[in-house]
Amino acid sequence: MTEINATAPKRGVPLWAQVIIWTLLVGLLVLVGVTLNKRQQGSVRPGTEIPDFTLTLFDGYQYEGRSKISLSDLRGKVVVINFWASWCKPCEQEAGELQQVWAEYADSGEVVFLGVDYVDTEPEARVYLQKFGIDFPNGPDMGTKVSQMFRTTGVPETYFIDQNGVLQYVKVGPFVSADEIRNQLDKMLP
Amino acid sequence: MKKHLRIALQVLALVLILTGVWAGVAAAQGSTPTDDEVNAIAKQLYCPVCENTPLDVCPTEACRQWRELIRQQLADGWSEDQIKQYFVDNYGARVLGEPPRTGLNWVVYLLPPALILAGAFVLFRAMRSWIKPTSVEAGPAESKTIPLVQDDYVSKFEEELRKRK
Repeated sequence: MTEINATAPKRGVPLWAQVIIWTLLVGLLVLVGVTLNKRQQGSVRPGTEIPDFTLTLFDGYQYEGRSKISLSDLRGKVVVINFWASWCKPCEQEAGELQQVWAEYADSGEVVFLGVDYVDTEPEARVYLQKFGIDFPNGPDMGTKVSQMFRTTGVPETYFIDQNGVLQYVKVGPFVSADEIRNQLDKMLP
Repeated sequence: MKKHLRIALQVLALVLILTGVWAGVAAAQGSTPTDDEVNAIAKQLYCPVCENTPLDVCPTEACRQWRELIRQQLADGWSEDQIKQYFVDNYGARVLGEPPRTGLNWVVYLLPPALILAGAFVLFRAMRSWIKPTSVEAGPAESKTIPLVQDDYVSKFEEELRKRK
């Protein structure tokens, strides 16, 4: 039988290199997928229990004399969290209405309004608050942690959280009237 | 003589006063940071509101406020690092054009070079195999015998050759 001598060549990438390359590629794809998924989720949906967070308040805008406020401190009350910024023109459309409704409900002790100042500078924020006569608790969103937790899509956005810490309603964009705010609050109060 | 001396002293005093005033004005002008100084820091920052637009060229009101804040901080004697740290503390690490080298951010720095090195390695291996094709003249000690497929025609041909010898 005719035979031929030949060396058997080593072909291809070593197994260890293949494992590393595939692991890196899969890891990268998972990372991209998770990031895209997070971005496409949109705002927190009604029915979600909102995790606890703490907001440092501006001087002069404290809550019952405290310079920090946590959501867990407000259990048993309806909490209205309004994201705003001094550079945000649509926020100006609802600023007066928010203050008006806050003034109506503040004495009941059943409702707390909380302003979260998003990506803003303090001097301009203070000018804005004074311009609209706002006196409910307000503070900067340090590190944009609160807005990231709510996955806000912009400002203004307002979140109504019930007495058990569960989100009941989200308003994206400015309120068109004070009645719109009142109606939502009355639905949530006993 | 005394009169001349008095006039000379008055002129000297006037010159000293004017020099002092000029130096004061110059110092005051120097304490106001220029747009270039502000933008040198602003171009390293990104406002979360306007994604992918560096702060130095972003036209929004929010970014204008940030630039004015940088100008004020520079005028107050803050260093570049202090200003950047202030923005990170207040608005999060995502405002930085270059992510800090911590935690998961290392992926950004390590993955591209790792992929380039892996690609170079694969390319090197592939090129080496192109340059050194399958060898047929290797010695018996390091070779393997590969049986060829029997072909009736070849067998008959070889048989015929043997007969004719």
